[in-house]
Amino acid sequence: MKNAIQVDTPLTDTICEELNVGDLVLLSGEVITGRDTAHKRLYNSILQGERLPVSLEGEIIFYAAPTPARPGHPIGSIGPTTSSRMDQYTPKLIASGLKGMIGKGKRSAEVREAIKRYKAVYFGAMGGVAALLSRCVKKAEVIAYGDLGPESMMRLEIVNFPLVVVNDTKGRDLYEEAVEKHQGPLKNF
Amino acid sequence: MSSFREISCDTITKTVRELFLDANTVLGEDVLYAVKKSIAGEESELGRYALEKIEENAKIARETSAPLCQDTGLAVLFVELGQDVHIVGGNFDEAIQRGVREAYRDGFLRKSVCDPLSRKNTGDNTPAIIHTEIVDGNSIKITAMPKGGGSENMSSCAMLLPAAGAEGLKKCIVEKVAKAGSNPCPPVIVGIGIGGSIEKSAILAKKALLRTVGEHNQSDSRLSKLEDEILEEINRLGIGPQGYGGRTTALAVHIEMMPCHIASLPVTINIQCHVARHKEAVI
Repeated sequence: MKNAIQVDTPLTDTICEELNVGDLVLLSGEVITGRDTAHKRLYNSILQGERLPVSLEGEIIFYAAPTPARPGHPIGSIGPTTSSRMDQYTPKLIASGLKGMIGKGKRSAEVREAIKRYKAVYFGAMGGVAALLSRCVKKAEVIAYGDLGPESMMRLEIVNFPLVVVNDTKGRDLYEEAVEKHQGPLKNF
Repeated sequence: MSSFREISCDTITKTVRELFLDANTVLGEDVLYAVKKSIAGEESELGRYALEKIEENAKIARETSAPLCQDTGLAVLFVELGQDVHIVGGNFDEAIQRGVREAYRDGFLRKSVCDPLSRKNTGDNTPAIIHTEIVDGNSIKITAMPKGGGSENMSSCAMLLPAAGAEGLKKCIVEKVAKAGSNPCPPVIVGIGIGGSIEKSAILAKKALLRTVGEHNQSDSRLSKLEDEILEEINRLGIGPQGYGGRTTALAVHIEMMPCHIASLPVTINIQCHVARHKEAVI
């Protein structure tokens, strides 16, 4: 297995430019969670020129809503939800300083364009391995929209969180390249 | 002929609670076996990595009673109710809803049910979706099936032209899986319901997901042949585990079929992600 790249937050232009589609990354530092409703609220606040409950500058948003934490544990099982549902809001958030996103599934052309233009990155986290991923989260606290329950925005402290680079600053797409490489009749390997 | 039997609502509630707790933390042996088996035949390095993580996750979940996936699903149940059973001590539907409520509370499972329009969470993962069939005998067989939203969102129904035939069916299904891409967390299990009425084809498709992974349709050789052909075509799409590329896009294709109207050919595809959760018990 190819070597994983250790990356510490916060993400910078330089870090983003050095990442390439298909890279395995072990991410440490801080990320914030947010999905459908949180995105809608953030987006509308930006449009209306309102102050956001959390600054997006240099941040990474993880599209996740975990299971409730058992007593004594920082978090329950956690994993990515389908990113495309957040596509309509994302270019605006990237333009407002968002540097990275963690989710799963293909992004729209507009999101990919914004990633290229603003030197951001879209990471894929694996879906359905939530017990494993929860072990990489050391701390979790609600920072905004607490009324959304599991979908509230949280700040997570993570260590060696396994990710794959899906969209990089060069405009490449892992899902497209993967299908091209592996489709068709079975070859011997 | 079996004798008449009383079954209490309390017993039903306890059974439902246990089944949902179990289903969310212990992945079926058949699913694990299918995942393990596919690693050797997977040409993609990232694909193999993903399959290995799936195995590792199942081990962690089982050993620590942690949910396999953060989406602990809509609570779907299939109940086979023996016609010689008399349910006592309450209401059958309420007994099941209570069991689900308790499982999602006691198991620290996610409450993922809401009002469709306001999106307000119902708070306790109910209402559960219950499909009940009356059968012979004096027992109740309950199958709990927590169904995640990601894979469910990639499911759909088509009313094909009767002339479409097996080839038209194959094309329709493979196209739908291709369009879903990485969204339903491949490798997937594809449940297909053919025939009946529009809503029956959907129930057949979901029921098809309850079969042991890779077990062919035993009652119709045309279907077991179709299952193999569709699986092969899906695995030529190149989507691979998690969409990272590879040969393991689907672990199995299961088809259930029943007669339909002479003017129709309903077909529903219900996609199941690799966290294929279902547990059953007989009371």
